Amino acid sequence: MAMQIPQARGPLTEALFGALRSGSDDFYPVLAVGPVEGEDAALALWVLYELHYRGFDDVSDEMEWDPQLLRLRVALERDLEQRLRERFTSPQGLSVVEDFFDWVAEHDGASVADHVQRAADRDQVLELLRVRSIYHLKESDPVAWVVPRLGVRAKAALTELQYDEYGNGDPNRLHHHLYARGLEACGLEAAYGAHLDEVPLEVLEQNNAMSLFGLHRRLRGAALGHLAAFEATSSMPSRRMVQGLERLGLPAEIVEYYAEHVEADAVHEQLAVRAICGALLDEEPELADDVWFGAFTCLDLEDRFARTMLDHWGADRLGAGEDRREEVA
Amino acid sequence: MSAAFEHPDVVLCPGGPMLLRGDHVVEDADGVRHRTTRAVTAVCRCDKSASFPWCDGTHKVLPDRLRPA
Repeated sequence: MAMQIPQARGPLTEALFGALRSGSDDFYPVLAVGPVEGEDAALALWVLYELHYRGFDDVSDEMEWDPQLLRLRVALERDLEQRLRERFTSPQGLSVVEDFFDWVAEHDGASVADHVQRAADRDQVLELLRVRSIYHLKESDPVAWVVPRLGVRAKAALTELQYDEYGNGDPNRLHHHLYARGLEACGLEAAYGAHLDEVPLEVLEQNNAMSLFGLHRRLRGAALGHLAAFEATSSMPSRRMVQGLERLGLPAEIVEYYAEHVEADAVHEQLAVRAICGALLDEEPELADDVWFGAFTCLDLEDRFARTMLDHWGADRLGAGEDRREEVA
Repeated sequence: MSAAFEHPDVVLCPGGPMLLRGDHVVEDADGVRHRTTRAVTAVCRCDKSASFPWCDGTHKVLPDRLRPA
């Protein structure tokens, strides 16, 4: 079963969602809505992308390739890509394979995992699990679009990593299934997209950036750079998540999800940087700048997400102060 | 012409773990045996992993002199 169309967050999503539910294929009134930004634009794009993943129970599957909806999607995508590119400065003189981990260490930003490890209360952690579910319940799916667009070595390397994401053939080990089991064990709704109405703008943008990179062949370098940065900032934060979840006595199933990512992503970060991006750039060296763009976007969006959540919890100063004391010690 | 590619079973990552492809049993210094569970496994080379003998990324926070070659 797929999800239902979420609640609108502004004039564009009001018009778009009404039209999608109506069953009509006339979207000219939606295209006539003036330029929008923020959550309204991000949610509209998220829903248009979702037509390509699992769809909606209350929208016809025919809408996936509707030309008017694609036209709207392109306009929203151009805005998103332009905003993401404006934040990015290309690193000069760095090699992706040799310098990636040091570059990530220099650019890694605010961390919700640090707060979960040390200070978060149960309600904050459950909220984090809900808002993270928008991605974790389709974990690795956005980068799967990239597979047919790669040369031989990069394709083999990406599917070697994705085989692990998808459970090595065992559905019980498939990562987004592990997450769903973790949510259920915590007493949370685990249906795909169930918590969309409560996610902040930053979650929608994180999701949209991954779909943008995954669905456009010209952005395959950014998709794989994003993947590499995501994997390279997962293993140790996952360990901190495990410690925080255990501190709060949360169920073994959700601890297991993060424990799996400690070891899996210690493998995946090596594969993503050396095998996947390395092979991509051997085959298509002109994509190096896009790899960095995707990597930067991953770190930048996670930093913005973390700041939003830490501000929302009144937790930002505590985390930063403790980090500094740890460095002095 | 289509090339044959190098695809080693064991990869030493500079400053990081050893990647093992395939099924293996790794015996640690105490004689305890650990079977791999995934298609590619990262074996700790810095001796600081909390998941020893598997890598948990800890090498990345070590000073250069403590990282594996």
